[in-house]
Amino acid sequence: MNILEVINLSKKYDNFAAVKDVAFSVGEGEIFGFLGPNGAGKTTTINMIIGLARPTSGSITLAGIDCVRNTKSAQRVMGIVPDESNLYDDMNGFENLCFCASLYGMEKMQREKKARELLLEFDLEKAGNRPFKAYSKGMKRKLTIAAGIIHEPKMLFMDEPTTGIDVESAKQIRELVTGLKQRGTTVFLTTHYIEDAQRLCDRIAFIVNGQIVKIAPVNELLESSQAARHIVHFALNGSAAAFDDELKKHFPNYNFEEQDGICVCYAHQPFSILPLVNFFEEKGLSVYEAKSIHPSLEDVFVKITGIEAKKLANEKEGGRK
Amino acid sequence: MKTWIAFWNILKKDMQNYYLKAPNISWGLIFPLAWTLMFFIRSEQAVDINEILPGVMAMSILFGTTSMLAVTITFERKGRSFDRLLLAPVSLNIMVLAKTSGAILFGIINAFIPIILSSFVINFSKVNWLIVLLGVLLIAVTSTLLGLLIATSAKEVFEAQTFSNFFRFPMLFLCGLFIPINDLPVILQPFSYILPLTYGTDLLNGALLNAGLMNIWVDIAALVGFTALLFILSLSNINKKWIL
Repeated sequence: MNILEVINLSKKYDNFAAVKDVAFSVGEGEIFGFLGPNGAGKTTTINMIIGLARPTSGSITLAGIDCVRNTKSAQRVMGIVPDESNLYDDMNGFENLCFCASLYGMEKMQREKKARELLLEFDLEKAGNRPFKAYSKGMKRKLTIAAGIIHEPKMLFMDEPTTGIDVESAKQIRELVTGLKQRGTTVFLTTHYIEDAQRLCDRIAFIVNGQIVKIAPVNELLESSQAARHIVHFALNGSAAAFDDELKKHFPNYNFEEQDGICVCYAHQPFSILPLVNFFEEKGLSVYEAKSIHPSLEDVFVKITGIEAKKLANEKEGGRK
Repeated sequence: MKTWIAFWNILKKDMQNYYLKAPNISWGLIFPLAWTLMFFIRSEQAVDINEILPGVMAMSILFGTTSMLAVTITFERKGRSFDRLLLAPVSLNIMVLAKTSGAILFGIINAFIPIILSSFVINFSKVNWLIVLLGVLLIAVTSTLLGLLIATSAKEVFEAQTFSNFFRFPMLFLCGLFIPINDLPVILQPFSYILPLTYGTDLLNGALLNAGLMNIWVDIAALVGFTALLFILSLSNINKKWIL
């Protein structure tokens, strides 16, 4: 059953179409990834869903509520974790959580109980009395996520949850996101980190120039990519570049590249590595290792959008610390 | 949903985070004191505190409310914590009322500091306190909403400050705070009547000195009208500029 339905959603700013006829649905309990380069229309789409922007046309339904007409009712069932940790610097962690809960009409005892539970769950109980401004970036992000779920939303929108934080904190946040899914919360995730999307998401939508170019389950995307491209890395005791012409002559359906001292062979059909190993041995090159490489979501992203995934991560912050 | 919980907590948060901070409390005390002292020092003849009291009160409210609200909202907008309020399931009207209530209370407290200080030298036995309270409340509301209108027009804190001063300083001279409107050049007098503070000061002049220019109901009606106008303009600005 779908919890979010977006139909023919468009947004125009004067003559510029930021989002063009976007349509997708998100199933209850799934983690849905929304990927695209800067300026692709991700933020505009999310802003229209959460009520920070008005669509030019189209409809959005969340848990049966029309998000455009009944924005405030829809906001009751959604949680939002923005890309910047936007809690109050002078308030401590506990006060911040209680304040956020109060915005959803939670009674004092209920919100204090929930705040304590979340501080414990997010490993922030010792920092609960410290002002938010004294938190590290990772702690800030964790508290921001806790603030986003304190009212137990049906759907959580997370914008770049692991951007700008250290590797350990990013790992903890990924675990928290997985935990949310296990407790039945639907998660809408945008990220510049393809590997995060691959690890966390059930399905992914790619948006480029305001249009969705592909929506599919992660497994399906990977399988289709695997079927389209077969790659084997050969670690040799020398360069195979000298035998380029002979390789092309003997193996006309294969392509070869030399990358960091590794001979990379790829083809559009599955192939046996034995004839290649024999060829290298005949030429006096020992094969230390022959490894079949499975294409990642990064390859899929590059193929679909034509944008290098590393460039995508750098657009946001110059890569993870 | 229990809207009052959200309303009360937004108000409480603003009071704790901004209005009840030591620098703001001291500013609320120092500001009216400094102005009163200035009159004593600069005046060639003896200064009647009673005469300058309505002006000092109106000015304290004006500066307290517009400064605080315009700056705090612009500050929260810049740090994006204001988005939390826009994304909460609380109607825009209630959210705006909660945000402005803190500034209104701050303005009211600011107004009573000069009264408390001058109570040692002035006999207030004939003052109509109900009208004083109403005047203080209406000046605080209109000034706060003016601050909100400024906040919805500014992107940076310094812009908010500049816009505030653009409105406030002419109001000091045009609204009858220290210079009676009838003593102003004829060409400037029409401007006095398009500013809400003129009616608030007149209300205070009437209640404290029995020297109001206009009928009390004209003052009240004008202030209520300005309140409605500024509220609508601010909401419209929020809707247009912050919910794109």
